[in-house]
Amino acid sequence: MKILIKVNDNPLEWEKNMTIDTILKKMKYSFKMLVVKVNGELVKKSEFGNFIIPEEADVKVIHLISGG
Amino acid sequence: MNKYQNPYNPEKIKQAHKLLTEFKYELKPLEKGYANRTLHVHVGNNTIKSKPVTQEMKDVFTGGKGFDLKLLWDAVNKNTKWDSPENEIVIAAGAMGGITQYPGTGKSIVCGISPITEAPVDSNVGGYFGPYLKFSGWDAIEIQGIADKEVIVYIDGDNGIIQIFEAPEEAIDSHLIAEQMCDIFASNEQEKKNITTVSAGTASEHSFYGCLNFSFYDRRRKVARLKQAGRGGLGTLFRKKKIKALVCKFSKLNVNNNNVADLEAIKRISAEYHRELFENDDSQCDMRHVGTAHLVEIMDDYDLLPTHNYKFGKHEKTGKISSPVWREMFTQGIPDGCWYGCTMQCAKCVDGYTLRTGPYKGDIVSIDGPEYETAAAFGANMGIFDPHFIVEANFYCDTYGIDTISFGTAMAFVMECYENGILNKERTGGHELNFGCGEEAMEMLHQMAKGEDFGKTIGLGIHRLKKLFVKEFGADPQFLQDIGMECKGMEYSEYVTKESLAMQGGYGLALKGPQHDEAWLIFMDMVNNQIPTFADKAEALHYFPMFRTWFGLQGLCKLPWNDVEPPDNAETDEPAKVPKHVQNYVDIFNAVTGKNIDKKELILQSERVYNFQRIFNFRMGFGTREYDQIPYRSAGPVTIEEYLSREDRYDNQLRDKWNWDPTGKSVEERHQKTREFREDAYQKLCDAVYTRRGWDNNGVPTIEKIKSLGIDFPEVIEILENYFQGK
Repeated sequence: MKILIKVNDNPLEWEKNMTIDTILKKMKYSFKMLVVKVNGELVKKSEFGNFIIPEEADVKVIHLISGG
Repeated sequence: MNKYQNPYNPEKIKQAHKLLTEFKYELKPLEKGYANRTLHVHVGNNTIKSKPVTQEMKDVFTGGKGFDLKLLWDAVNKNTKWDSPENEIVIAAGAMGGITQYPGTGKSIVCGISPITEAPVDSNVGGYFGPYLKFSGWDAIEIQGIADKEVIVYIDGDNGIIQIFEAPEEAIDSHLIAEQMCDIFASNEQEKKNITTVSAGTASEHSFYGCLNFSFYDRRRKVARLKQAGRGGLGTLFRKKKIKALVCKFSKLNVNNNNVADLEAIKRISAEYHRELFENDDSQCDMRHVGTAHLVEIMDDYDLLPTHNYKFGKHEKTGKISSPVWREMFTQGIPDGCWYGCTMQCAKCVDGYTLRTGPYKGDIVSIDGPEYETAAAFGANMGIFDPHFIVEANFYCDTYGIDTISFGTAMAFVMECYENGILNKERTGGHELNFGCGEEAMEMLHQMAKGEDFGKTIGLGIHRLKKLFVKEFGADPQFLQDIGMECKGMEYSEYVTKESLAMQGGYGLALKGPQHDEAWLIFMDMVNNQIPTFADKAEALHYFPMFRTWFGLQGLCKLPWNDVEPPDNAETDEPAKVPKHVQNYVDIFNAVTGKNIDKKELILQSERVYNFQRIFNFRMGFGTREYDQIPYRSAGPVTIEEYLSREDRYDNQLRDKWNWDPTGKSVEERHQKTREFREDAYQKLCDAVYTRRGWDNNGVPTIEKIKSLGIDFPEVIEILENYFQGK
C-alpha cells in the first residue's frame, strides 16, 4: 500500500530515505527562498539534503514572496 | 561631439535656448528628511512658485506619493481629463528618500491623471532626480500647464535658480537628451554625475502608455543611464505638455543631506543589512548578478510565466531567455546601483550593444535591463524567445519613451487577435503579427515612434483597441474582453494569475490598475496554501498593499525588503513579511524624522494615503466595484485549448473544490462550469476585501472609515455624503 505525505496540503507518495531535497525536486520547487517545516518543526536549509522525511509527514514548503 | 553616428553639437543646442522665466530661491538645509516646501512650475504661463509644506500635510500624507496625490487633488477637479491644462505631473522623493546608507532609497514617485486609465496613477522609478530635487530644496515638484513651444525646466540646486527655457534643438529620444543635458549643464566629465534628467521620447507622443526616463550618470561607463517610471502613460502626459526635459543639478552630495535626527542609528542598521546582503544574495535571488531577470525560469517552473498572451504559464524555449543568458549579456563586476549606497546593484546593463534596426541602427549603446517584466513580456508573452530582440526592443522602448510592460502585453493581445483572424495583413498594413514575429513587432515599435500606420494604433492600448476592433472589424466584444489583459485601462504586468485567486485580486483591486507593486501573493496562495479562505486572502490583500504603499511614501525601493532575507528569517512568526527588515524601516524612519512610530503606525500612514487615492479615483468617475473587474483570462481558461492544457487540474478542482462531478461531461461543459465557479469566487473575494478595508460593497470607503483615518477633509466628506445619500 502506498504511504503518503502531505506537501503544502497536497498528497505525495512517500519514499524510503526521502529528504527535503527529494521533495523539492519532485514538486519542481526551484525557488530558493524557502522555509521548510516538517510536522511543525523548522528544518534549516543546511539540512535539506540529509533530513529524512518520516512516513505520513506533514511538510510545509513556504515560498517567500519575491518579484515586483 | 560624441560617439553617435549622427553626432550632436552641445554648443549649438545651448545657443538656441531662449529663457522664458527665472525664479530664485533661498537654499536651506533640510530638516529631518523634509525640505518643508514644494515647487510649482506652470509651463503654460511660465510661472514658478514655492508652496509651504504644513505639519498637517506631513502628518496626514507623510511624503512621496502622499504629497503627490494631495497636490494633484488640489490642482484638478472632477472634470479634469488627462490632457487638460490643469492636469499635473507631480514628482516627489519622500522623507527617507536619498539617504545613502541603506540600499534602495533613491526612488522618485510620479503621479498624474493618466492618459491610459483617465484616473490618478502613480509610478515609481530609480535614478537621481528625486533625491537631487529634495536636496535642492523641494519635497515635490508640480508641473502644470501646456507649453506653447518645446521647453526644458532646469533646477539649479547649487545656486537656487529655476528656469524655463525654449529648447528647439534638443533630441526628444531619451538616450540622447539625457546625455545632451549632461554635456550642456556639466562643466566637465567629473560634474556629469551631478546632472539628472527626466525625459520621455518620440513614441510617447503617439501612444497612451508613454513612460518617463529618469537618468543617472554612470561614471565608469561614461553614459547617462535610464530608469523608467513605466506605468500609466506619464511620458505621454509629459510630451503633451511639450516638455523635452526636466533637469536638476546638485553637486553637494554628502552623507547627511537629509539632516537626519540620528545618523548613527541609520549607519548601524545599514551596516548589518549590507552584511546580510553580501552573505546571502548569491544563494538567494542573485540580484547583484542578474537583477530581477532571475525570475524568468522560476516563473516558468511554477507555470506562471505569461506565454502567448497569458494563455499558458511556461514554454519549452524559456531557457533561451533565462537568467544564465542574462548573466552572460550583462556586464559583471561594475557597480550597478541606480542610487548611491545601494549594494543590491540590480540595475543591470548590456554594454557595447550594436543596434540592428531603426533610426539608430549601427550605434553602439549601453542598455539598462532587461528586467524580469521586460524579458517575460517580449520573450514569452509575445513568443519571441530571442534575447537580442528583447534587448533591442528594451532599448527602443526606453529611448522612445514607451512602457515595456504595456507594449509587451498590448502586442501579445494584438498577436492573439491576429491568430484568431480579427486582424489580418490588410488590417495591419501588410504585417504578419503572429506570436513569435520579432521583426514585425520591432517594426510596430518604430512605427509608433513615427506616429504612423498600425504601430501607432497599437499605442492606443488594449482598452481602446478592444473598442476599435469591435467597431472597425466586427470582432466579438466578449472574446476581446476575455483575452484583453487590461483592467482600469492599464495593461497587466507579467504574471499568470489563473490559479491564484488572491493574485487576481492583487491585480484587479490595485488602485491604479494591474501592476504587482501592491501585492504579489501567488506563492502564498497557489503554492503554499497559506491563505485558503476568503478572509485569509482579504487579510493579505489588506496588509501587503498597505505595507507596500509605504515604500512610495518614503522614496524607497521595494526590492531590499524581501529579495534578500536574513539568515534567521525562517525562524520568525511571519517570514513572508520579513519582520526584521520591516523593523529596519520603522527604525530608520524614526532616525530620519525624529518621530517614534511603530509597525502599526507604518500601516496607518499608508492606509490614509491608500484610502485617499481610492476616493480620488471615485472623484474622477472611477473607484467602484465596476472598475475592479478583471478579464476572464486572469481568472481562468478562456479557450478550450487552455482548458485542455491543464485539464487534470481543472477537472480535479471541479470535483474536489466545488463538488461538481466532471465524469462523462464534455470539455465544453467542464470549461463553462469552471468559468461559473471562478467568476463567482472573484466576486466573493471582492466582497471580503472591501469589508476588510472598511469599504462598502461597491468598493467605496465609508465615512466612518475616513474619519477614523483622519482624512475627513470637507471636500472628501462632501463626495462621500453625496454618494451614500444617493444609494
